[in-house]
Amino acid sequence: MAQLFPRGSNAFARISIVVVLVVVGTGLTILLNTNRLHYTTDVQVARKQPVPFSHKHHVTGVGLDCRYCHTSVEESSFANIPPVETCMTCHSQIWTESPLLEPIRESYRTGNPIEWVRIHDLPDFVYFNHSIHVHKGIGCQTCHGQVDQMPLMWKVNTLNMEWCLECHREPEKFVRPREEVFNMAWTPMDERGHAVSQALLGAQLVQDYDINPSTDCSTCHR
Amino acid sequence: MSNRKLASGIKLLSGVAHPARWLVVLALFMAIGCEGTTDIERLRQEMYNQSRFEPLEKNSFFSDNRSSRPWIKGTVARGHLRTDAHLYTGIVDDKPAETFPFPITRNVILRGKERYNIYCSPCHGYDGDGRGMVVRRGMKQPPSYHIERLQNETPGYFFDVMTNGFGAMYSYASRIKPRDRWAIIAYIQALQLSQNATLDDVPADVRQRLENE
Ligand code: HEC
Ligand code: HEC
Ligand code: HEC
Ligand code: HEC
Ligand code: HEC
Ligand code: HEC
Repeated sequence: MAQLFPRGSNAFARISIVVVLVVVGTGLTILLNTNRLHYTTDVQVARKQPVPFSHKHHVTGVGLDCRYCHTSVEESSFANIPPVETCMTCHSQIWTESPLLEPIRESYRTGNPIEWVRIHDLPDFVYFNHSIHVHKGIGCQTCHGQVDQMPLMWKVNTLNMEWCLECHREPEKFVRPREEVFNMAWTPMDERGHAVSQALLGAQLVQDYDINPSTDCSTCHR
Repeated sequence: MSNRKLASGIKLLSGVAHPARWLVVLALFMAIGCEGTTDIERLRQEMYNQSRFEPLEKNSFFSDNRSSRPWIKGTVARGHLRTDAHLYTGIVDDKPAETFPFPITRNVILRGKERYNIYCSPCHGYDGDGRGMVVRRGMKQPPSYHIERLQNETPGYFFDVMTNGFGAMYSYASRIKPRDRWAIIAYIQALQLSQNATLDDVPADVRQRLENE
């Protein structure tokens, strides 16, 4: 009987197995990493806001503390987005003619709120709380990045579960003294201002503040 | 495509030859499968964005689109009845209070310092001279705390300025809790003392050192 398949078929069969493996493997890798892509997480993506509010101007330029506007960040889960009255404490007196600020003035006159575009928004099935993080010495900068350098707000972290757990498992890599939580330029140092390693300082602070973040599912999914 | 449509589809096909019929039925099932994923997709979306409101989330039910409703005048939240006039209004016997409603300790002053630096220093400056960062950018300059009139003012007067605003200065009542307002006043008084101290205020041992220098 004549051969059904030419000799080359063997090679073809072997190669096709490899090709299938590679294709399936690549497909799976892409699928499993979509949640980490900047495209899906919006990391580093600045959004257009109704008023081009610049943290860079107000924090670095004017020297305002985060709490001047984000008033409830120390005692509540929600950090608070300031009402227009807060803007008007200054802008009723300065830059009163700026066209960029017209929506603020209009909102103040009419009482209609400004609709800021949210940058950080966890899914509703996740529970997050600012106050505990602030009180246990996690700086704004650790999660939100160099806010004082942002002309418009963007995310620097994915806010994925993986990211939360990275810190909940090893908080000593990230904690800082409580007094430095709002400091945007902090580097690890001891009381006398000498540079120390984060490992040393972190281990000490974890002990001092009795830090023991939970990784139980019900901590964040309640 | 709904299941009812599928059933009527099968009925329609009952005349068609066997193998072809099953192929079409299979295709229909696959179509349902696809619809199934979009259902899951939608459910997933609903888990991400559930029908409850986060703070300040938009709610088009109300004409001003706010889910966080403003307070109705006169309502008092449970446990928030403000009966202590001295603490909450700074007024005693129809006059601005001349005393503090609670003892001033070192911790109160430190708390006051922290709050002062957050909320007042942008305009009044870190030492209270009225030349803060915003003033240098064109804000009306407030008077220094170290002028004689303000040095002689009562704590109750300062409380009133913070609570109700004063001229070009807005009220800070929504941002600073009453106890913190008193703490700030205690710190301002400490600033006033520090800026107007004489050599006689310095403890004897330190004074000796200063005089030697
Ligand atoms: C003058 C008031 C003001 C100050 C001071 C201020 N912010 Fe903001 N912040 C805003 C406003 C208004 C928004 C909403 C518009 C936007 O997203 O840019 C905002 C938004 C944010 C957001 C994003 C919220 C979202 O949509 O997810 C973060 C994070 C944030 N601020 C952090 C900080 C930090 C950290 C500091 C201190 C270094 C700070 N802010 C100081 C007014 C302020
Ligand atoms: C403590 C005072 C203060 C507060 C509060 C404040 N600003 Fe400003 N803002 C300034 C100053 C000062 C400038 C000028 C910036 C500079 O000189 O660097 C400015 C500039 C701006 C500009 C640029 C104006 C232009 O025409 O270039 C915008 C927009 C703005 N602010 C928006 C806001 C918004 C929105 C808020 C409320 C969330 C706010 N500001 C709260 C002090 C303030
Ligand atoms: C442990 C990480 C972490 C730290 C530390 C942190 N944030 Fe956030 N922040 C978040 C997350 C996560 C969200 C999104 C919350 C949500 O969607 O419910 C958020 C949201 C916000 C928002 C939007 C309003 C809100 O509460 O949802 C503001 C404003 C903000 N943060 C400011 C701050 C400031 C100011 C600090 C420093 C005191 C700070 N954050 C510290 C993680 C952090
Ligand atoms: C940089 C470090 C860090 C990151 C990032 C972080 N956390 Fe935390 N978290 C902590 C620390 C520290 C504590 C305090 C643990 C303790 O009580 O000792 C904490 C506590 C909490 C608590 C309170 C636990 C309780 O016992 O009530 C919740 C809820 C929480 N985190 C949620 C989150 C979520 C959700 C995220 C991600 C969006 C997140 N955290 C990201 C450090 C972090
Ligand atoms: C420190 C906080 C934290 C803890 C602890 C935690 N999660 Fe999550 N989880 C999150 C966050 C944040 C997200 C949302 C990520 C995102 O934006 O997609 C999430 C998302 C999820 C999702 C949805 C994923 C998706 O694709 O939509 C599942 C399922 C989940 N978590 C299961 C668990 C289980 C099971 C545990 C316990 C072993 C757990 N989580 C513990 C923070 C946490
Ligand atoms: C945005 C700038 C600004 C901030 C922040 C601010 N003030 Fe003022 N303050 C002013 C201005 C402007 C005046 C002068 C008002 C006038 O004469 O029209 C003033 C006046 C005063 C006066 C003097 C009233 C008098 O009799 O002359 C006191 C007291 C005072 N402020 C206290 C405070 C305290 C306490 C804080 C912090 C909680 C504070 N201010 C924060 C701008 C500010």
